[in-house]
Amino acid sequence: MKIPSIAIALVTAFSALSATAAEPGQALPKLAKLLPGASLPSTSGKVVLVDFWASWCGPCKASFPALNRLHEKYASKGLVIIGVGVDQDAGKYKQFAGKMGAKFSIVHDSAHKVAGTMNPPSMPTSYIADRKGVIRYVHSGFRGAKTEAEYVTEIDALLAEK
Amino acid sequence: MKFLFSSFSLIMPLLSVGACAPQLVRVKPYERETLARPVMSRSLDPLQKAMTEHAYFSREATSGGGGVGGGGCGCN
Repeated sequence: MKIPSIAIALVTAFSALSATAAEPGQALPKLAKLLPGASLPSTSGKVVLVDFWASWCGPCKASFPALNRLHEKYASKGLVIIGVGVDQDAGKYKQFAGKMGAKFSIVHDSAHKVAGTMNPPSMPTSYIADRKGVIRYVHSGFRGAKTEAEYVTEIDALLAEK
Repeated sequence: MKFLFSSFSLIMPLLSVGACAPQLVRVKPYERETLARPVMSRSLDPLQKAMTEHAYFSREATSGGGGVGGGGCGCN
């Protein structure tokens, strides 16, 4: 039986609906455009680490001290860490960030605009982009000291690039 | 003619729904807030919860096991 061409067209159209995740080699989306009104640090010419976190996510609790350490060590050398919180409740977002004492910038993506654009494969997920704004590393999940060591290696390498 | 039309009207919706089904059904990792609440777990008693989740994971591993209820964040 001949499959009607309209069926094929529909299938390809629907497959285009499948959201693509942000991958190494792609440009980091402009967060200021996706979150107008949020106070975002300047990222031009800097190595950017975008971390998706939430108050209900266990490994995120473990990752905050690590991110704080990275911020303390590398902020003066050109690293910018932006924590994108995907909590829908603003109260929970503020409470978690306050309790964990985030020293890096955090923004609230309650409408999931940034999350929908970058499509993190798990919670938490970090994207590290180089000074030119190209995503170079994606970390799906946080596995304690192992992940922190990977961050250090990668950030050192990207900061060394001009 | 009638056969062609009826099979066309059966296959087309199946193809369309099949193509976009992953987007219709799957909860994204960052949307798991409500699922992560303790009240959403299958059992609140810790021992019963551990036993049930182990049995569920053993049987449902192809869909990630009990990742939604147990991990909350889908971190497994």
